[in-house]
Amino acid sequence: MLDWGWLADHLPALAYRTGQHLYLTSIAMAVGLAISLALGTAAARRRRLYSPIGIVAGLLFTIPSLALFAALVPIVGLNLLTAEIPLVLYTLVILFRNVVAGFDAVPADVHEAADAQAVVGLARLLRVDLPLATPLIVAGIRVATVSTIGLVTITATLGDAFGGLGFFIFEGARRSFPTEIYAGALPVILLALALDRLFAWLGDRLTPWSRASTAEATSAPWREEAGAA
Amino acid sequence: MNVVGATVGWLSDPANWTGPNGIPTRVGEHTAICLAAMAIALAISLPAGLYTGHTRRWAGLAAGLAVIGRALPSLALIGLVLPITQALDPDRGFSLYPTLIAMVVLAIPPILVNADAGLRAVDADVVEAARGMGHGEAGLLRRVEVPLALPVLLGGIRSAAVQVIATTTLGAIFALGGLGRYIVDGIAQNDDGMLFGGVVLVGGMAMTAEGLLGLLQRVAERRAAARVP
Repeated sequence: MLDWGWLADHLPALAYRTGQHLYLTSIAMAVGLAISLALGTAAARRRRLYSPIGIVAGLLFTIPSLALFAALVPIVGLNLLTAEIPLVLYTLVILFRNVVAGFDAVPADVHEAADAQAVVGLARLLRVDLPLATPLIVAGIRVATVSTIGLVTITATLGDAFGGLGFFIFEGARRSFPTEIYAGALPVILLALALDRLFAWLGDRLTPWSRASTAEATSAPWREEAGAA
Repeated sequence: MNVVGATVGWLSDPANWTGPNGIPTRVGEHTAICLAAMAIALAISLPAGLYTGHTRRWAGLAAGLAVIGRALPSLALIGLVLPITQALDPDRGFSLYPTLIAMVVLAIPPILVNADAGLRAVDADVVEAARGMGHGEAGLLRRVEVPLALPVLLGGIRSAAVQVIATTTLGAIFALGGLGRYIVDGIAQNDDGMLFGGVVLVGGMAMTAEGLLGLLQRVAERRAAARVP
Protein backbone atom coordinates (compact mmCIF):
# COMPACT_ATOMS: atom_id res chain seq x y z
CA MET A 1 0.00 0.00 0.00
CA LEU A 2 2.84 2.37 0.73
CA ASP A 3 5.20 3.42 -2.03
CA TRP A 4 8.54 2.76 -0.34
CA GLY A 5 10.50 3.96 -3.35
CA TRP A 6 8.89 7.39 -3.07
CA LEU A 7 9.72 7.51 0.62
CA ALA A 8 13.35 6.58 0.00
CA ASP A 9 13.64 9.27 -2.69
CA HIS A 10 12.11 11.89 -0.43
CA LEU A 11 14.11 11.34 2.75
CA PRO A 12 15.95 14.68 2.39
CA ALA A 13 12.64 16.46 1.78
CA LEU A 14 11.17 14.75 4.87
CA ALA A 15 14.12 15.85 6.98
CA TYR A 16 13.85 19.40 5.65
CA ARG A 17 10.10 19.59 6.33
CA THR A 18 10.54 18.15 9.84
CA GLY A 19 13.14 20.83 10.52
CA GLN A 20 10.81 23.50 9.16
CA HIS A 21 8.01 22.15 11.34
CA LEU A 22 10.13 22.37 14.47
CA TYR A 23 11.43 25.80 13.46
CA LEU A 24 7.93 27.27 13.00
CA THR A 25 6.79 25.59 16.24
CA SER A 26 9.70 26.84 18.35
CA ILE A 27 9.36 30.46 17.23
CA ALA A 28 5.65 30.42 18.11
CA MET A 29 6.29 28.77 21.47
CA ALA A 30 9.16 31.09 22.44
CA VAL A 31 7.27 34.27 21.55
CA GLY A 32 4.01 32.93 23.02
CA LEU A 33 5.67 31.99 26.30
CA ALA A 34 7.40 35.34 26.63
CA ILE A 35 4.18 37.27 26.01
CA SER A 36 2.06 35.12 28.31
CA LEU A 37 4.60 35.29 31.13
CA ALA A 38 4.47 39.09 30.87
CA LEU A 39 0.66 39.26 30.52
CA GLY A 40 0.15 36.53 33.13
CA THR A 41 2.31 38.30 35.70
CA ALA A 42 0.35 41.48 35.12
CA ALA A 43 -3.05 39.77 35.24
CA ALA A 44 -2.21 37.77 38.38
CA ARG A 45 -1.71 41.13 40.12
CA ARG A 46 -4.49 43.08 38.45
CA ARG A 47 -7.57 40.89 38.23
CA ARG A 48 -9.43 43.40 36.04
CA LEU A 49 -7.12 42.52 33.14
CA TYR A 50 -8.00 38.86 33.29
CA SER A 51 -11.51 38.77 31.87
CA PRO A 52 -10.99 40.95 28.76
CA ILE A 53 -8.01 38.79 27.78
CA GLY A 54 -10.08 35.69 28.51
CA ILE A 55 -12.93 36.88 26.28
CA VAL A 56 -10.61 37.63 23.36
CA ALA A 57 -9.08 34.18 23.84
CA GLY A 58 -12.53 32.56 23.76
CA LEU A 59 -13.49 34.38 20.55
CA LEU A 60 -10.29 33.26 18.86
CA PHE A 61 -11.45 29.72 19.45
CA THR A 62 -14.42 30.02 17.16
CA ILE A 63 -12.33 31.12 14.17
CA PRO A 64 -11.15 28.17 12.09
CA SER A 65 -7.36 28.16 12.02
CA LEU A 66 -7.48 27.58 8.28
CA ALA A 67 -9.23 30.93 7.92
CA LEU A 68 -7.03 32.86 10.33
CA PHE A 69 -3.90 32.13 8.31
CA ALA A 70 -5.56 33.08 5.04
CA ALA A 71 -7.14 36.17 6.59
CA LEU A 72 -3.74 37.67 7.36
CA VAL A 73 -2.41 37.46 3.81
CA PRO A 74 -4.17 40.65 2.59
CA ILE A 75 -3.03 42.47 5.75
CA VAL A 76 0.61 41.51 6.35
CA GLY A 77 1.45 39.91 3.01
CA LEU A 78 3.00 36.49 2.67
CA ASN A 79 5.94 36.06 5.01
CA LEU A 80 6.93 34.44 8.28
CA LEU A 81 4.59 36.77 10.20
CA THR A 82 1.56 35.46 8.31
CA ALA A 83 2.21 32.04 9.79
CA GLU A 84 3.54 33.11 13.17
CA ILE A 85 0.88 35.65 14.23
CA PRO A 86 -1.95 33.06 14.37
CA LEU A 87 0.37 30.42 15.83
CA VAL A 88 1.42 32.78 18.62
CA LEU A 89 -2.19 33.85 19.25
CA TYR A 90 -3.30 30.25 19.66
CA THR A 91 -0.45 29.51 22.10
CA LEU A 92 -1.48 32.57 24.12
CA VAL A 93 -4.98 31.18 24.66
CA ILE A 94 -3.50 28.20 26.46
CA LEU A 95 -0.34 29.63 28.02
CA PHE A 96 -1.88 32.80 29.43
CA ARG A 97 -4.53 30.90 31.40
CA ASN A 98 -2.00 28.45 32.75
CA VAL A 99 0.48 31.15 33.78
CA VAL A 100 -2.27 32.98 35.68
CA ALA A 101 -3.53 29.72 37.23
CA GLY A 102 0.07 28.91 38.18
CA PHE A 103 0.64 32.22 39.95
CA ASP A 104 -2.78 31.92 41.62
CA ALA A 105 -1.86 28.52 42.99
CA VAL A 106 0.95 29.98 45.11
CA PRO A 107 -0.39 29.82 48.72
CA ALA A 108 -0.82 33.10 50.58
CA ASP A 109 1.26 31.93 53.55
CA VAL A 110 4.17 31.32 51.19
CA HIS A 111 3.93 34.99 50.23
CA GLU A 112 3.81 35.99 53.88
CA ALA A 113 6.86 33.85 54.63
CA ALA A 114 8.68 35.45 51.68
CA ASP A 115 7.71 38.93 52.86
CA ALA A 116 8.92 38.13 56.37
CA GLN A 117 12.31 37.24 54.94
CA ALA A 118 12.32 40.44 52.90
CA VAL A 119 12.14 38.51 49.62
CA VAL A 120 9.97 40.97 47.72
CA GLY A 121 9.36 42.37 44.24
CA LEU A 122 11.30 40.80 41.42
CA ALA A 123 13.20 38.50 43.78
CA ARG A 124 9.94 37.05 45.09
CA LEU A 125 8.62 36.66 41.56
CA LEU A 126 11.69 34.83 40.32
CA ARG A 127 12.62 32.81 43.39
CA VAL A 128 9.22 32.06 44.94
CA ASP A 129 6.32 32.51 42.52
CA LEU A 130 7.90 31.23 39.32
CA PRO A 131 9.19 27.93 40.74
CA LEU A 132 5.85 27.23 42.44
CA ALA A 133 3.92 28.11 39.28
CA THR A 134 6.15 25.92 37.14
CA PRO A 135 4.06 22.71 37.19
CA LEU A 136 1.01 24.49 35.76
CA ILE A 137 3.10 26.52 33.32
CA VAL A 138 4.75 23.33 32.08
CA ALA A 139 1.32 21.72 31.73
CA GLY A 140 0.36 24.69 29.54
CA ILE A 141 3.55 24.40 27.51
CA ARG A 142 2.76 20.76 26.81
CA VAL A 143 -0.75 21.44 25.52
CA ALA A 144 0.38 24.52 23.58
CA THR A 145 3.28 22.70 21.91
CA VAL A 146 1.07 19.82 20.83
CA SER A 147 -1.57 22.21 19.53
CA THR A 148 1.05 24.27 17.67
CA ILE A 149 2.50 21.15 16.03
CA GLY A 150 -1.00 20.48 14.68
CA LEU A 151 -1.56 24.07 13.59
CA VAL A 152 1.75 24.28 11.72
CA THR A 153 0.41 21.63 9.31
CA ILE A 154 -2.36 24.07 8.37
CA THR A 155 0.15 26.79 7.43
CA ALA A 156 0.68 24.72 4.28
CA THR A 157 -2.32 26.64 2.89
CA LEU A 158 0.01 29.63 2.74
CA GLY A 159 2.21 27.99 0.16
CA ASP A 160 5.28 25.81 -0.26
CA ALA A 161 7.45 27.97 1.97
CA PHE A 162 5.38 26.94 5.00
CA GLY A 163 3.52 23.99 6.42
CA GLY A 164 6.37 21.82 7.65
CA LEU A 165 5.17 18.24 7.37
CA GLY A 166 1.68 19.51 6.55
CA PHE A 167 3.04 20.20 3.06
CA PHE A 168 2.98 16.45 2.37
CA ILE A 169 -0.58 16.10 3.68
CA PHE A 170 -1.84 18.86 1.39
CA GLU A 171 0.13 17.76 -1.65
CA GLY A 172 -0.72 14.11 -1.04
CA ALA A 173 -4.41 14.97 -0.86
CA ARG A 174 -4.20 17.03 -4.04
CA ARG A 175 -2.52 14.16 -5.87
CA SER A 176 -4.60 11.45 -4.11
CA PHE A 177 -1.36 9.78 -3.14
CA PRO A 178 -1.68 7.93 0.21
CA THR A 179 2.05 7.45 0.75
CA GLU A 180 2.65 11.18 0.71
CA ILE A 181 -0.28 11.85 3.06
CA TYR A 182 1.14 9.31 5.50
CA ALA A 183 4.63 10.77 5.12
CA GLY A 184 3.19 13.98 6.57
CA ALA A 185 0.52 12.71 8.95
CA LEU A 186 2.42 10.00 10.83
CA PRO A 187 5.51 12.06 11.72
CA VAL A 188 3.26 14.94 12.84
CA ILE A 189 1.44 12.71 15.31
CA LEU A 190 4.70 11.14 16.52
CA LEU A 191 6.27 14.58 16.87
CA ALA A 192 3.32 15.81 18.96
CA LEU A 193 3.37 12.77 21.24
CA ALA A 194 7.17 12.86 21.59
CA LEU A 195 7.27 16.55 22.51
CA ASP A 196 4.40 16.06 25.00
CA ARG A 197 6.39 13.29 26.73
CA LEU A 198 9.59 15.34 26.59
CA PHE A 199 8.02 18.32 28.35
CA ALA A 200 6.28 16.05 30.89
CA TRP A 201 9.68 14.55 31.72
CA LEU A 202 11.34 17.95 31.79
CA GLY A 203 8.61 19.29 34.08
CA ASP A 204 9.13 16.39 36.48
CA ARG A 205 12.86 17.08 36.51
CA LEU A 206 12.38 20.80 37.10
CA THR A 207 9.87 20.40 39.92
CA PRO A 208 10.56 17.07 41.60
CA TRP A 209 8.26 18.04 44.47
CA SER A 210 5.21 18.00 42.24
CA ARG A 211 5.20 15.49 39.48
CA ALA A 212 3.10 16.50 36.51
CA SER A 213 2.50 12.88 35.62
CA THR A 214 0.87 12.24 39.00
CA ALA A 215 -1.14 15.44 38.76
CA GLU A 216 -2.41 14.15 35.43
CA ALA A 217 -3.86 10.99 36.97
CA THR A 218 -6.23 12.94 39.17
CA SER A 219 -9.20 13.85 37.05
CA ALA A 220 -9.55 17.50 36.18
CA PRO A 221 -12.28 18.83 33.89
CA TRP A 222 -11.35 19.53 30.30
CA ARG A 223 -10.13 23.03 29.83
CA GLU A 224 -10.72 24.96 26.70
CA GLU A 225 -7.73 25.19 24.48
CA ALA A 226 -6.88 26.07 20.94
CA GLY A 227 -7.18 22.55 19.77
CA ALA A 228 -8.85 23.51 16.54
CA ALA A 229 -6.04 22.10 14.47
CA MET B 1 -11.64 48.39 4.49
CA ASN B 2 -12.22 46.64 1.20
CA VAL B 3 -12.19 43.27 2.98
CA VAL B 4 -15.24 44.24 5.01
CA GLY B 5 -16.94 45.57 1.89
CA ALA B 6 -16.16 42.40 -0.05
CA THR B 7 -17.50 40.26 2.80
CA VAL B 8 -20.72 42.22 3.17
CA GLY B 9 -21.09 42.22 -0.61
CA TRP B 10 -20.62 38.48 -0.83
CA LEU B 11 -22.98 37.76 2.07
CA SER B 12 -25.70 40.02 0.68
CA ASP B 13 -25.48 38.79 -2.92
CA PRO B 14 -28.73 36.84 -3.55
CA ALA B 15 -26.87 34.54 -5.94
CA ASN B 16 -24.91 33.17 -2.98
CA TRP B 17 -28.11 32.14 -1.22
CA THR B 18 -29.35 29.59 -3.74
CA GLY B 19 -28.21 26.39 -5.39
CA PRO B 20 -25.90 23.55 -4.36
CA ASN B 21 -23.13 25.99 -3.41
CA GLY B 22 -25.57 28.40 -1.72
CA ILE B 23 -25.27 29.44 1.90
CA PRO B 24 -28.38 27.54 3.11
CA THR B 25 -27.09 24.31 1.52
CA ARG B 26 -23.60 24.73 2.97
CA VAL B 27 -24.91 25.65 6.42
CA GLY B 28 -27.16 22.57 6.26
CA GLU B 29 -24.23 20.33 5.27
CA HIS B 30 -22.02 21.78 7.97
CA THR B 31 -24.73 21.34 10.61
CA ALA B 32 -25.45 17.77 9.50
CA ILE B 33 -21.79 16.72 9.65
CA CYS B 34 -21.27 18.36 13.05
CA LEU B 35 -24.47 16.88 14.49
CA ALA B 36 -23.58 13.42 13.19
CA ALA B 37 -20.07 13.65 14.64
CA MET B 38 -21.40 14.89 17.99
CA ALA B 39 -24.09 12.17 18.11
CA ILE B 40 -21.57 9.40 17.47
CA ALA B 41 -19.08 10.91 19.92
CA LEU B 42 -21.78 11.25 22.60
CA ALA B 43 -22.95 7.66 22.06
CA ILE B 44 -19.40 6.46 22.68
CA SER B 45 -18.07 8.79 25.32
CA LEU B 46 -21.08 9.49 27.51
CA PRO B 47 -21.69 5.88 28.64
CA ALA B 48 -17.93 5.37 29.06
CA GLY B 49 -17.46 8.55 31.09
CA LEU B 50 -20.54 7.94 33.21
CA TYR B 51 -19.33 4.41 33.90
CA THR B 52 -15.79 5.36 34.94
CA GLY B 53 -17.03 8.34 36.94
CA HIS B 54 -19.81 6.46 38.71
CA THR B 55 -17.74 3.40 39.60
CA ARG B 56 -14.69 5.61 40.22
CA ARG B 57 -12.62 3.07 38.39
CA TRP B 58 -10.28 3.38 35.40
CA ALA B 59 -9.04 6.83 36.45
CA GLY B 60 -6.19 6.46 33.98
CA LEU B 61 -8.54 6.12 31.00
CA ALA B 62 -9.80 9.70 31.15
CA ALA B 63 -6.33 11.05 31.95
CA GLY B 64 -4.78 9.12 29.07
CA LEU B 65 -7.50 10.17 26.67
CA ALA B 66 -7.01 13.79 27.68
CA VAL B 67 -3.35 13.56 26.70
CA ILE B 68 -3.91 11.67 23.45
CA GLY B 69 -6.95 13.77 22.52
CA ARG B 70 -4.89 16.93 22.72
CA ALA B 71 -1.95 15.42 20.89
CA LEU B 72 -3.79 14.28 17.77
CA PRO B 73 -3.73 16.99 15.11
CA SER B 74 -7.03 16.83 13.20
CA LEU B 75 -5.55 17.38 9.76
CA ALA B 76 -3.04 14.57 10.34
CA LEU B 77 -5.87 12.37 11.58
CA ILE B 78 -7.96 13.04 8.49
CA GLY B 79 -4.91 12.22 6.38
CA LEU B 80 -4.29 9.06 8.34
CA VAL B 81 -7.72 7.50 7.86
CA LEU B 82 -8.29 8.86 4.35
CA PRO B 83 -6.42 6.19 2.36
CA ILE B 84 -8.26 3.49 4.35
CA THR B 85 -11.77 4.89 3.98
CA GLN B 86 -11.11 5.68 0.34
CA ALA B 87 -10.18 2.07 -0.31
CA LEU B 88 -13.46 0.99 1.31
CA ASP B 89 -15.68 3.56 -0.39
CA PRO B 90 -14.08 5.45 -3.32
CA ASP B 91 -16.68 8.21 -3.27
CA ARG B 92 -17.55 9.25 0.27
CA GLY B 93 -14.36 7.67 1.58
CA PHE B 94 -12.49 10.68 0.24
CA SER B 95 -14.87 13.40 1.33
CA LEU B 96 -17.21 12.55 4.20
CA TYR B 97 -15.84 9.65 6.22
CA PRO B 98 -12.29 10.82 7.02
CA THR B 99 -13.53 14.16 8.37
CA LEU B 100 -16.43 12.54 10.22
CA ILE B 101 -14.09 10.05 11.89
CA ALA B 102 -11.58 12.77 12.78
CA MET B 103 -14.36 14.93 14.26
CA VAL B 104 -15.65 12.01 16.37
CA VAL B 105 -12.13 11.40 17.67
CA LEU B 106 -11.76 15.13 18.36
CA ALA B 107 -15.05 15.30 20.29
CA ILE B 108 -14.66 12.18 22.45
CA PRO B 109 -11.97 13.35 24.92
CA PRO B 110 -13.65 16.55 26.20
CA ILE B 111 -17.01 14.78 26.69
CA LEU B 112 -15.57 11.68 28.33
CA VAL B 113 -13.07 13.54 30.50
CA ASN B 114 -15.75 15.91 31.79
CA ALA B 115 -18.38 13.23 32.41
CA ASP B 116 -15.77 11.32 34.39
CA ALA B 117 -14.46 14.35 36.29
CA GLY B 118 -17.96 15.71 36.93
CA LEU B 119 -19.17 12.49 38.54
CA ARG B 120 -15.99 12.07 40.55
CA ALA B 121 -16.39 15.56 41.94
CA VAL B 122 -19.81 14.74 43.43
CA ASP B 123 -19.42 14.82 47.20
CA ALA B 124 -18.92 11.28 48.53
CA ASP B 125 -21.18 12.09 51.52
CA VAL B 126 -24.02 12.99 49.15
CA VAL B 127 -23.57 9.68 47.32
CA GLU B 128 -23.51 7.77 50.62
CA ALA B 129 -26.62 9.56 51.84
CA ALA B 130 -28.45 8.74 48.58
CA ARG B 131 -27.45 5.07 48.92
CA GLY B 132 -28.63 5.13 52.54
CA MET B 133 -32.00 6.45 51.39
CA GLY B 134 -32.37 3.39 49.21
CA HIS B 135 -31.34 4.66 45.78
CA GLY B 136 -30.13 1.87 43.53
CA GLU B 137 -27.07 2.41 41.32
CA ALA B 138 -29.12 3.51 38.30
CA GLY B 139 -31.35 5.80 40.37
CA LEU B 140 -28.30 7.25 42.10
CA LEU B 141 -26.72 8.02 38.74
CA ARG B 142 -29.86 9.46 37.22
CA ARG B 143 -31.33 11.40 40.13
CA VAL B 144 -28.27 12.44 42.10
CA GLU B 145 -24.96 12.20 40.29
CA VAL B 146 -25.88 13.37 36.78
CA PRO B 147 -27.87 16.43 37.93
CA LEU B 148 -24.98 17.50 40.15
CA ALA B 149 -22.36 16.81 37.48
CA LEU B 150 -24.43 18.32 34.67
CA PRO B 151 -22.69 21.73 34.54
CA VAL B 152 -19.26 20.11 34.10
CA LEU B 153 -20.68 17.53 31.71
CA LEU B 154 -22.28 20.22 29.54
CA GLY B 155 -19.02 22.15 29.63
CA GLY B 156 -17.34 19.19 27.94
CA ILE B 157 -20.05 18.98 25.31
CA ARG B 158 -19.72 22.72 24.68
CA SER B 159 -15.94 22.53 24.20
CA ALA B 160 -16.37 19.56 21.88
CA ALA B 161 -19.13 21.23 19.83
CA VAL B 162 -17.19 24.48 19.30
CA GLN B 163 -14.07 22.59 18.28
CA VAL B 164 -15.98 20.34 15.90
CA ILE B 165 -17.78 23.27 14.23
CA ALA B 166 -14.53 25.15 13.66
CA THR B 167 -12.50 22.12 12.63
CA THR B 168 -15.01 20.52 10.23
CA THR B 169 -13.86 23.27 7.83
CA LEU B 170 -10.66 21.26 7.29
CA GLY B 171 -12.72 18.63 5.47
CA ALA B 172 -13.05 21.04 2.55
CA ILE B 173 -9.36 20.50 1.80
CA PHE B 174 -10.42 16.96 0.92
CA ALA B 175 -13.47 17.74 -1.21
CA LEU B 176 -16.01 17.79 1.62
CA GLY B 177 -18.89 20.27 1.50
CA GLY B 178 -19.94 22.46 4.41
CA LEU B 179 -18.76 25.96 5.23
CA GLY B 180 -15.09 25.06 4.83
CA ARG B 181 -15.80 25.02 1.09
CA TYR B 182 -16.02 28.84 1.07
CA ILE B 183 -12.78 29.17 3.00
CA VAL B 184 -10.79 26.72 0.87
CA ASP B 185 -12.29 27.96 -2.42
CA GLY B 186 -11.98 31.57 -1.30
CA ILE B 187 -8.25 31.03 -0.73
CA ALA B 188 -7.83 29.15 -4.01
CA GLN B 189 -9.76 31.71 -6.08
CA ASN B 190 -8.35 34.72 -4.25
CA ASP B 191 -11.92 35.72 -3.41
CA ASP B 192 -11.75 37.62 -0.11
CA GLY B 193 -15.52 38.09 0.05
CA MET B 194 -16.11 34.35 -0.12
CA LEU B 195 -13.25 33.57 2.28
CA PHE B 196 -14.34 36.03 4.98
CA GLY B 197 -18.02 35.29 4.36
CA GLY B 198 -17.21 31.68 5.19
CA VAL B 199 -15.29 32.76 8.30
CA VAL B 200 -18.23 34.87 9.48
CA LEU B 201 -20.65 31.98 8.95
CA VAL B 202 -18.47 29.42 10.76
CA GLY B 203 -17.75 31.87 13.56
CA GLY B 204 -21.45 32.63 13.86
CA MET B 205 -22.30 28.94 14.07
CA ALA B 206 -19.60 28.27 16.66
CA MET B 207 -20.71 31.25 18.75
CA THR B 208 -24.35 30.16 18.52
CA ALA B 209 -23.45 26.69 19.78
CA GLU B 210 -21.25 28.23 22.48
CA GLY B 211 -24.06 30.57 23.54
CA LEU B 212 -26.83 27.95 23.58
CA LEU B 213 -24.80 25.32 25.40
CA GLY B 214 -23.45 27.98 27.77
CA LEU B 215 -27.03 28.96 28.58
CA LEU B 216 -27.95 25.32 29.27
CA GLN B 217 -24.86 25.06 31.42
CA ARG B 218 -25.91 28.05 33.53
CA VAL B 219 -29.41 26.62 34.00
CA ALA B 220 -27.87 23.32 35.09
CA GLU B 221 -25.54 25.17 37.46
CA ARG B 222 -28.46 26.92 39.13
CA ARG B 223 -30.37 23.66 39.48
CA ALA B 224 -27.34 21.82 40.82
CA ALA B 225 -26.70 24.61 43.33
CA ALA B 226 -30.34 24.43 44.48
CA ARG B 227 -29.96 20.74 45.22
CA VAL B 228 -27.02 21.04 47.59
CA PRO B 229 -27.38 23.69 50.28
